[in-house]
Amino acid sequence: MRLLALALRRCLWMPPTLLGLALIVFSISHVIPADPARVLAGENAPMEQVEAIRHKFGLDKPLPEQFVRYVGDVVRGNMGISLYTQRPVADDLVERLPATFELALYAIALAVLVGLPLGVVSALRRNSWLDQIVRLVTIGGLAMAAFWLAILLQLLFSMHLNLTPVQGRIDGWGPDPITGFYTLDALIRGDFETFFAALRYLALPMLTLAIPAMATIVRFTRAGVLNVMQSQFVFYQAAMGLPRRVVIWKYILRAALIGTLTQIGLVFGNLLAGAVVVETVFSWPGLGTYAYQSILQSDYNAIMGFTLFTGSVFIGVNLLVDVAQSVLDPRGR
Amino acid sequence: MGLLLDIRELSVAFATGNGMARVLDAVSFAMRQGEIMGLVGESGCGKTTLARAVLGVLPETAVVGPGGISFDGRDLLAGDTQDVRGRLITFIPQDPLGAFSPLFTIGDQMGELMRWKSPERVAGERGYGRGRRRADAARILAALRDVQLPDPERLLRKYPHELSGGQRQRVMIAMALLPEPRLVIADEPTTALDVTIQAQILKLLRRLASERGASVLFTTHDLGTAWEICDRVTVMYAGQEAETAEVADFFARPRHPYTGMLLASLPTSVAALRGIPGEVPSPFAPPPGCRFHPRCPRATEICREPRIASAEPSPGHHVRCHHPEVWDVA
Amino acid sequence: MLGRLARDRALLAGLAIVTLLVLAAIFATPLSNFPGDVTGFNPAQRLKPPGEVYWLGTDRMGADLFSRLLFGARLTILISVSATAVAVLVGVPMGLVAGYYDRWFSDALMRISDVFLAVPQIVLAIAIAQTLGPAIHNVILALSATYWPFWARIVYAETRSLRNEVFIEAAVAMGASPLRVMVLHVLPSIASSIIVRTTIGMGGTILAAASLGFLGLGAPPPTPEWGRMIAESREFLPQAWWYATAPGIAILLVVMGFNLLGDGLRDTLDPRIRRGS
Repeated sequence: MRLLALALRRCLWMPPTLLGLALIVFSISHVIPADPARVLAGENAPMEQVEAIRHKFGLDKPLPEQFVRYVGDVVRGNMGISLYTQRPVADDLVERLPATFELALYAIALAVLVGLPLGVVSALRRNSWLDQIVRLVTIGGLAMAAFWLAILLQLLFSMHLNLTPVQGRIDGWGPDPITGFYTLDALIRGDFETFFAALRYLALPMLTLAIPAMATIVRFTRAGVLNVMQSQFVFYQAAMGLPRRVVIWKYILRAALIGTLTQIGLVFGNLLAGAVVVETVFSWPGLGTYAYQSILQSDYNAIMGFTLFTGSVFIGVNLLVDVAQSVLDPRGR
Repeated sequence: MGLLLDIRELSVAFATGNGMARVLDAVSFAMRQGEIMGLVGESGCGKTTLARAVLGVLPETAVVGPGGISFDGRDLLAGDTQDVRGRLITFIPQDPLGAFSPLFTIGDQMGELMRWKSPERVAGERGYGRGRRRADAARILAALRDVQLPDPERLLRKYPHELSGGQRQRVMIAMALLPEPRLVIADEPTTALDVTIQAQILKLLRRLASERGASVLFTTHDLGTAWEICDRVTVMYAGQEAETAEVADFFARPRHPYTGMLLASLPTSVAALRGIPGEVPSPFAPPPGCRFHPRCPRATEICREPRIASAEPSPGHHVRCHHPEVWDVA
Repeated sequence: MLGRLARDRALLAGLAIVTLLVLAAIFATPLSNFPGDVTGFNPAQRLKPPGEVYWLGTDRMGADLFSRLLFGARLTILISVSATAVAVLVGVPMGLVAGYYDRWFSDALMRISDVFLAVPQIVLAIAIAQTLGPAIHNVILALSATYWPFWARIVYAETRSLRNEVFIEAAVAMGASPLRVMVLHVLPSIASSIIVRTTIGMGGTILAAASLGFLGLGAPPPTPEWGRMIAESREFLPQAWWYATAPGIAILLVVMGFNLLGDGLRDTLDPRIRRGS
């Protein structure tokens, strides 16, 4: 019951938060010096045409009215036309969504699968040589600029070792979309050649995004395990002579993982942020490149669409994390 | 009856950033099978460290020795004591809420204990057969009834935070007695509880332990509590035991000046320590010899010497003092 | 306290790196081999690998990378210190007021910071920086506008938990004005958290500023901005590997320095949030 109330309360906060976000981005994008009507009409279009476009898209109305109209349109699923691609922004986002999600999911899976055990082992063998190395690598992973890491990986794996492509997502057009995830689509169709090609393209951007995420997860898991090891119930269980492996793998781990889970929301946010830069370096045709392109083109409908979309995903992920946490921790139920 | 627990001149120090903290200094005392011993002292006097040393769960920074702990003839400082812990010696913690994992039900946690520490378990047994599981479940229910918890089946499905403080401590007592131990170490088991239920819990612990013939080493900073439930009392001061005596003898004829001054300052609790001038010495630079001598009205030159004073004015009454005359409490 | 600080190796390493950065920035001119190279053009010396003359090699303009890195340190400090300072000056008072009072604007202020936190910081920073145009002060503005909520949040939470402490209530009961209580009683108690957050925040700001530079939204060329230097190097890969490596390592070291310093300060100053690491 409390769980439902929590989820409901968080959902109710979502619209006002997104509205505020829309307002911020709207204000930012409308002080853009470029005239959107001029951009839309083309460099050399006659003045009458520019004015016609200005009127058609309501750009001649006062800003508050434009904002209210925009919000009304978004609620009805219309995010406007991209000035750059000349297509509905919603369509652009949906089309580019799978590329980013495929990349992000692989990256977060890799980060969790490697980071979690590493953090646990590092905490259990605190101050061993393994722990020292893990901590050093973690500190490095958190301090590395994502774009620089991307370039280093390209330099090593693509240019020197010739193992992976430098950029892009696939040779040619990729498999006909079912889910939009190239690796998954190729598997469904039994096309292993495409599957491995897609994986090779995925490898470097995935690694670039996964390394800082992994560092965060290792750090929090390690700290969490060390923290739980200090707790009184661990002392009690030791005093009562329960086998150490049971105490660690059942009681300590469970408690520490709940703490790590709350960080996954944060990690996912960082991943989306990283995607803007990393996708640009790898020419990955996802939301990140789209956002970067639209910002460069002063394509304000696209910028707002991307921001609102990212915001909703971000809020949604944090909601999921909160719900999962209260399911796992009986005190929150 | 023979000695169950024999602690001989045990010293424990902790390595800290500020040097060695000498928390226990040649502590000696003994317990007989079946008796309830109160270990009384202010916080920081070393009673919790002593309890931990007997349990074999001192922190890694502890340096143990010289001295020894023997339990039923076995040296507890030699080798792994995991087979003793939770089986022959069990533990009741100070804060029962913290001692449970918040993420598992009471039933899970009691079951886990019995899986490894049930009296029916054969040493080294790996699996957990259905027969033993069923027998252990019955024992758990019986134990919960013994500690007067109603509706034990329902209680087992609850999480620790859903119980009251008193209920949790009753479960802790049940868990401490389930393995059928010879010695229960209760570390200030009621300080976290409401005053009104403290007495109930203590009486329950006393009754159940005597019925089962288990000894209890009970640490407290409250002399009144010790008077109510203990057979014998040991007073500690700054890492040294001051005096051990039968409870009646202890309260009527204290001989160590520290004990005497404590009793004189009753009903003030030990924690307040009103009426004794001076301060408790730091464990980093304790005074030589008897650690109480800087505050002691009877102190003479001999008290500064490292030689341990030892007197047994009457059978079973031990005083670590060079001047063990009866202190006039009145 | 000082003894404990000195025993923390990580903290010392962090302090050493940050000190080096500051020294490099102050003494960029005497330290560099070719101070004139920073904005110059020497076609004959283009893309030389590291060697005795050019310790870290040269770039596409034939400029000494080592000298450019030193001058880049100045820019890095300028951007990160000013951006963080503005974020602190905005975020701390907001969090303090919102946390001290329990009125409608407390909620409102926190909801506003929620809005800013609802989208990755770098996205907002990119949008603002692009709108305002490539210039150093615009980068500073973009970063401080997106990072202030972090300080507002932490100060808000700490102030809230202090609000019912006896010494605060005592100060209020003695008739101290709200401003006095906030500045003289609350602020000193939460200063260590702010210092820790600010130190770690410096690392984040440097990374974000470098990302903006890399995307071409930072200071215009020929400013020796580390992120932009990496972006420029991409055309010349894989041959001129040193071109990308040197500024990347500089960023890595400096961010690491601030993170280590922040972690060390947290462990020492604020035992409540000690992480046991």
